[in-house]
Amino acid sequence: MKIQEADAKSLLLAQGLPVPPWKVARTPAEIEAAARSYFVEGAGRVVIKAQVLVGGRGKAGGVKLAASPAEAADIGSRILGMDIKGIKVRKVLVGAAADIVKEYYLGAIIDRASRRITLMASAEGGVEIEEVARQNPGAIHRVSADPLLGLLAFQARALGLAIGLRDPLLSPFVTIAQGLFATMKANDADLVEINPLAIVSEKAADGSATQRLVCLDAKITLDDSGLARHKGLEALRDLDEEDPTDAEARRLGINFIHLDGTIGCMVNGAGLAMTTMDLVKHYGGEPANFLDVGGGARHETVCGAMELILADPHVNAILVNIFGGITRGDEVAEGLIEARAEQKRAVPMVVRIVGTNADEAARLLKEANFETAASLDEAAEKAVALSKGASL
Amino acid sequence: MSILVGADTRLVVQGITGREGEFHTRASIAYGTKVVAGTRPGKGGQTAIDGTIPIFDTVAEAAKQTGANTSVIYIPAAGAPDAIFEAVDAGIATIICITEGIPALDMIPAVEAVRRAGARLIGPNCPGVTSPGRAKVGIIPASIHKPGRVGVVSRSGTLTYEAVQAMTDAGLGQSTCVGIGGDPIIGTTFLDVLKLFRDDPETDAIVMIGEIGGSAEEEAAAFAAEHLKGVPMAAFIAGRTAPPGRRMGHAGAIISGGSGTAAEKMAALEAAGVRVADSPTQLPRLLLEAGYRP
Repeated sequence: MKIQEADAKSLLLAQGLPVPPWKVARTPAEIEAAARSYFVEGAGRVVIKAQVLVGGRGKAGGVKLAASPAEAADIGSRILGMDIKGIKVRKVLVGAAADIVKEYYLGAIIDRASRRITLMASAEGGVEIEEVARQNPGAIHRVSADPLLGLLAFQARALGLAIGLRDPLLSPFVTIAQGLFATMKANDADLVEINPLAIVSEKAADGSATQRLVCLDAKITLDDSGLARHKGLEALRDLDEEDPTDAEARRLGINFIHLDGTIGCMVNGAGLAMTTMDLVKHYGGEPANFLDVGGGARHETVCGAMELILADPHVNAILVNIFGGITRGDEVAEGLIEARAEQKRAVPMVVRIVGTNADEAARLLKEANFETAASLDEAAEKAVALSKGASL
Repeated sequence: MSILVGADTRLVVQGITGREGEFHTRASIAYGTKVVAGTRPGKGGQTAIDGTIPIFDTVAEAAKQTGANTSVIYIPAAGAPDAIFEAVDAGIATIICITEGIPALDMIPAVEAVRRAGARLIGPNCPGVTSPGRAKVGIIPASIHKPGRVGVVSRSGTLTYEAVQAMTDAGLGQSTCVGIGGDPIIGTTFLDVLKLFRDDPETDAIVMIGEIGGSAEEEAAAFAAEHLKGVPMAAFIAGRTAPPGRRMGHAGAIISGGSGTAAEKMAALEAAGVRVADSPTQLPRLLLEAGYRP
């Protein structure tokens, strides 16, 4: 699950990381008030950042500076409502603009190859790490935390040294890196990124300037499998950016991802569901969704899945592909018959059920006059033909 | 000989009294697998499966009393990592974890414990392992198999069934079918299984079923190019149409930062001399084209 920058920063703060204050605003008036509070505290400028769960918001014009509360409200009103990669901006983060001396990248991922948590750091901060990986892979330094002991101080120090940090910033870097690791563990995150981690110059009350490391941006994705054991994390799900069908799919325990095609797919098993989409495409059609009804799907799941598929007005054909193992073919067939009886919109369907209780399923489907297919390839071809208006 | 499970397997079922555990244990026994024990803490001394299988409180006790050398785990996600640690501690050599939905961070110390003990973990989030005609551990339907000499390794469940069924229909039997699991952190990778197949005198050809996410298929391809020359191989990669940045059901099936795409994996496999199918039903034909003769 992706969470917004402001929520990610809260999780970093909870582990004691240095994150400058911010406010989240949803209207120009709120933006102006938030900006005013930072100017009162002595900020020279404020930064206004669109809160959306997609990357590249800076390039899209979703991050801007303002020199007065009025300018902040004006700029903010233009960021609100902006469309960034198909996502409407509904809220922004407002904070005092930092006086940045240098930017770094620091991130932690679950590293499949080493089967450990790996921290990555680069002195080329503030740009997308994927871009650095392509252009200058040598600039990314890595260290894998001990699988039992965690990220040890000497490991964090080595990473800090590798990106060129020295006294007096090396020791704070070690604290930040270990805090990043702690954030990952405390929340079952599978990615935590601070980009940029910046050296900023700050003026003390006596006018003298000091430098320190702060987390200016934060990106966290959470492991869906870990959500249930952390109180409060589910509340960070941003329903504003979710397809309305996603919540319904979650309630039904179905894996569902909406796509742009016309052929609705209902499959058991994630690998087979992807394969079914791939074959639809292979035979010249476009899948409208990824849908895995899961193992042991019965009536209510099948009916719910059918409603999710039909909620998409672009769907003009449906392909059901079930390889029964734990899932019983006859129960799926009964669910399909029931779902079709309740269906609000007539959409042609082709059904392929093999495996456990396939014979009984075939009998039920035949009695109910369903279009069926014996193989996955035949089912995909028929669905594509139906989608293109053929009558079989 | 087959790999991982076979005639020598003496299986202890961790979580034998649960709904899934009991159902699939019956199927394993019906297939001829030697199920010697089950565990359910607090029910030691009782029996399961109509009085035929003794229940023990701990895996250690089960191993001591019955000589169990393999375990299968049907325990919910919250308790599954502990079940792995317990099996390792009891000296179980092969641990097969079917459980889905284990947080990835829990698996990091678990796979490390397995590694340090020199044991082997298959999964989690996998359908198990079948050596047709010999032993079946896990949830793969018995009906799809036919004994033979093709090794099958896959990250998926039902997609594996699809591919194995296609092979059986085409008359190509299997030496062992291994579901390695769809999670980001798994105990045994494609590469590990390819090594086992290479060293198995009863495996003459290999089918590999991968999917988007990570780079395990690329690592397997590099190994195949160097160490499996002359072994007929065919592969299928699921997720050509998967959108980037979305988890496609399996926790590990995600294209992130532009890498882990089906296209990259297919290119790596083809460059290694592995034939890549457009549909799982083409796999038998591709194996024959690669020179395999059953």
